[in-house]
Amino acid sequence: MSEIKKFMYVNRKAPYGTIYALESLEVVLIGAAFDQDVSLAFLDDGVFQLTKDQDTSGIGMKNFSPTYAALGDYDVTKIYVEKESLEERGLTLDDLQHLTYEDEDDDWAEKDSIRLVTREELARIMDEQDVLLSF
Amino acid sequence: MLHTVNKSPFERTALQSCLGHALDGASVLLFEDGVYGALKGTGVSGEVAEAMGRVKFYVLGPDLRARGLREDRLIDGIQVVGYDGFVDLVTSHDNVQAWL
Repeated sequence: MSEIKKFMYVNRKAPYGTIYALESLEVVLIGAAFDQDVSLAFLDDGVFQLTKDQDTSGIGMKNFSPTYAALGDYDVTKIYVEKESLEERGLTLDDLQHLTYEDEDDDWAEKDSIRLVTREELARIMDEQDVLLSF
Repeated sequence: MLHTVNKSPFERTALQSCLGHALDGASVLLFEDGVYGALKGTGVSGEVAEAMGRVKFYVLGPDLRARGLREDRLIDGIQVVGYDGFVDLVTSHDNVQAWL
């Protein structure tokens, strides 16, 4: 078996206006089957993907936002959200879904998946990756 | 004239170009990813608020709700319309410029 690589999905687009956000989520779920070290980054307009209370009944499109809450069950537990991107858009963490996972190494304690990071911190985390997938 | 903007102001310059070309008395409708331009407290809200003195702004409600944005997040004075209101705006103006 080949060694585990660090994969990061980089999300920079708002949901619904383009197909990028939904496509990224689908690739993440497919990729979760390969037992790699996976993380997601949300920056620029990508932070809008995680807003809570999305209701698409008026626009005739599927509301895929509840799926983010299932990522923890797929062992996708590292979700980096860029602080500056939130601030530039008038958002705070309270505007985003509360995403959690159960830590199997800590008696299945519920923990936060979202990690608020600065632009510089995110740049360094991105630099550590083996593969970056851009959406 | 009615101007429509359907791109995020944080990613494209469509809203800026629109505001640069909208004459006094014009209407601007924000829809799809353009609705982010209607939010208060953002990097572009000052520019929009400033233009409101001479241009009337509208935003499409269904696109706001799809994105989890409530009306209390909007810059004061921006009017929320539905698809019927969108049609009314198009028919009540002589022409439409879409800033894609």
